[in-house]
Amino acid sequence: MDWKRKHLLGLEELEAQEIEHILDTTDSFREISTRAIKKVPTLRGRTIVNLFFEPSTRTRTSFELAAKRLSADTVSISAQTSSVVKGETLKDTARNIEAMQIDAIIVRHSMSGAPHFLSRCVEASVINAGDGCHEHPTQGLLDIFTMREKKGSIKGLKVAIVGDIVHSRVARSNIWGLKKLGAEVIVVAPPTLIPMGIEEMGVKVCFSLDEVIGKVDVLNILRIQLERQKGGLFPSLREYSRLYGVTADRLKKAKKDILVMHPGPVNLGVELTAEVANDPRTVILEQVTNGVAIRMAVLYLLLQ
Amino acid sequence: MKLLIKNGRVVDPANKIDGVLDILIDKGKIISVRKNIPAKACQVIDAKGKVVAPGFIDMHVHLREPGREDEETISSGMKAGAAGGFCSIVSMANTNPVVDKQEVVKFILRKAGEEGIISVYPVGAVTKGLKGEELAEIGELKEAGVVAVSDDGEPIRSSFIMRCGLAYSKKFDLPVISHSEDKDLSQGGVMDEGVMSTILGLPGIPRQAEEIMVARDIKLAELTHGRLHIAHVSTGGSVELLRQARKKGLRVSAEAAPHHFSLTSEAVKEYDPNTRVSPPLRSHEDVEAIIKGLGDGTIDAIASDHAPHSLEEKEVEYGLAPSGIDGIETEVGLALNVLYYEKKIKLVEIIKKFTTGPAAILGLREGTLSIGAKANITILDLEKKWRVDKNKFFSLSRNTPFHGMSLKGKAVMTIHQGKIVYNNETSTV
Repeated sequence: MDWKRKHLLGLEELEAQEIEHILDTTDSFREISTRAIKKVPTLRGRTIVNLFFEPSTRTRTSFELAAKRLSADTVSISAQTSSVVKGETLKDTARNIEAMQIDAIIVRHSMSGAPHFLSRCVEASVINAGDGCHEHPTQGLLDIFTMREKKGSIKGLKVAIVGDIVHSRVARSNIWGLKKLGAEVIVVAPPTLIPMGIEEMGVKVCFSLDEVIGKVDVLNILRIQLERQKGGLFPSLREYSRLYGVTADRLKKAKKDILVMHPGPVNLGVELTAEVANDPRTVILEQVTNGVAIRMAVLYLLLQ
Repeated sequence: MKLLIKNGRVVDPANKIDGVLDILIDKGKIISVRKNIPAKACQVIDAKGKVVAPGFIDMHVHLREPGREDEETISSGMKAGAAGGFCSIVSMANTNPVVDKQEVVKFILRKAGEEGIISVYPVGAVTKGLKGEELAEIGELKEAGVVAVSDDGEPIRSSFIMRCGLAYSKKFDLPVISHSEDKDLSQGGVMDEGVMSTILGLPGIPRQAEEIMVARDIKLAELTHGRLHIAHVSTGGSVELLRQARKKGLRVSAEAAPHHFSLTSEAVKEYDPNTRVSPPLRSHEDVEAIIKGLGDGTIDAIASDHAPHSLEEKEVEYGLAPSGIDGIETEVGLALNVLYYEKKIKLVEIIKKFTTGPAAILGLREGTLSIGAKANITILDLEKKWRVDKNKFFSLSRNTPFHGMSLKGKAVMTIHQGKIVYNNETSTV
């Protein structure tokens, strides 16, 4: 298919066919990273800026490697070292960077909608690397890619997303992508971490992990942040982990071939135990590996 | 020279008039309203095919002077008001400095007097510095000329202080205008809480944050027998609470803003900061409930909550943008387009919301075309089709979500105390 989009702001606006096209393109890019010389000239001469207003190791490194393996030139800017600390607005920062003739901006921001705002300010392609509680499309794509790789197909797959749904951009991107490709999605969390009206996104809601763990093909576990406890949303990490932590014991009730995923960084002993992390059905590191290929495919499609 | 407005459809709810009549004005007063007044030695305005109404009043406007004259001055706000069809505007107290001292009231009235094209009625603060802690000197503010008190923008958290404000203001027969929001519940919310906030990943404000405070304030009005006015009603639940309070005979009134009856939270979809407003745009059901409340008289007034903000402040990430819509120049057009054309509310009922409604709440001797009354007149062209163009605003700011929208119906002439202060044909104030 012909790729027509300039920006990747979220999975909500993508058609199922477009998502599948990204996944198929990813297949062909994955092999590059296994070569001795991990580089192709596809994006030679293109300049890509990583504009990160929030801390990130995985996503930022992954994007940077993806760009480099496609021979693009990359620059990384983090909010701590930019003019933002001098009071420059997002719009001005972006327009100044663009004035240096760049082709794409990859943006991570704590405010939902910041990439949309940016896409209206600049001519370059904008790629959302996570905005507030809104979306993290490349994470959603790499999760779905990993599920498809392991399970063959997304259609009919039962996926439980467990954890802080209300604040999770990973959850939203997973929901949009998985629903479009025909999966069944259940979100599992304490009622205080379930956002209002989420059923209208086509998911089921369940407050009990024990009720769903035996019925699903995939567990996608989200990071829980201690600051939510201080905000009054749950009483303690201890109680959270007792009710929603994935332990070896709980996993015994799961299907034999269940897939356990986590977008990282993991709070070991909270969302899942070290034993579960080391279980062969847990594919957290494969997700990271696939992340580079997904981002290569996205950069290629947007900038080819 | 005398001014004669000929052949217009005169709609004057206060005098139960609706018919083709002429109006003769002399020395800033209405001296005759009848058929076929001969045009002798007077300037004639041909209002054939147009509606001639008492001068409109907008009872909720934020002029940014003193403090943020880059966003709006008293003068520019008055011009914007005149262009929007208003003869009188009521300015809110949350300027910098706050309108909690006589001097600030006098400053506003002096500046407004110098500009002069329309009337400005200031609102004073309920509490010193809008802090919600100690009552402002409401008696002194009344002496200086305030027509109501309000901590608008900053809801009064303490039920006790709100009780005191309602009770104390009785002495001066001033309404207390409540910005009803439970800030502990709305937290850092930036839009209506519901499926849209969930999809967009923006922190939501549940409608209950408003309704809890509306309910509290109605109870306090019951306790104190004070005069309560609920500003910018945004939810169906609030409308229902108001309906019950009215049934009980409490002295409670309310206003609705055009954006709350013409937009829903769907408008936030592209993260346009111009859709960020407090209280937020709500659901379709809320919009319908507000329109019903306007239709059945539960809501007395339409008020813009005109809140100018600079481009620099609004051209940012959604969550960082200040709340508010620059609304006074689109207000009448939206009311006619949505309420009259789409929702079939009777014209006379809509005109009441801009005239007798706010005049009664604030105790203003205007909003009527009685003989001897101030010659404040708003002329409407119900057939006029126009497109909102923010670049043509008289307001200094441009923060509107309605830019480019096509509307039917417009205020085309504003006459203040016998003087034409806005004429659409020449686009001049």
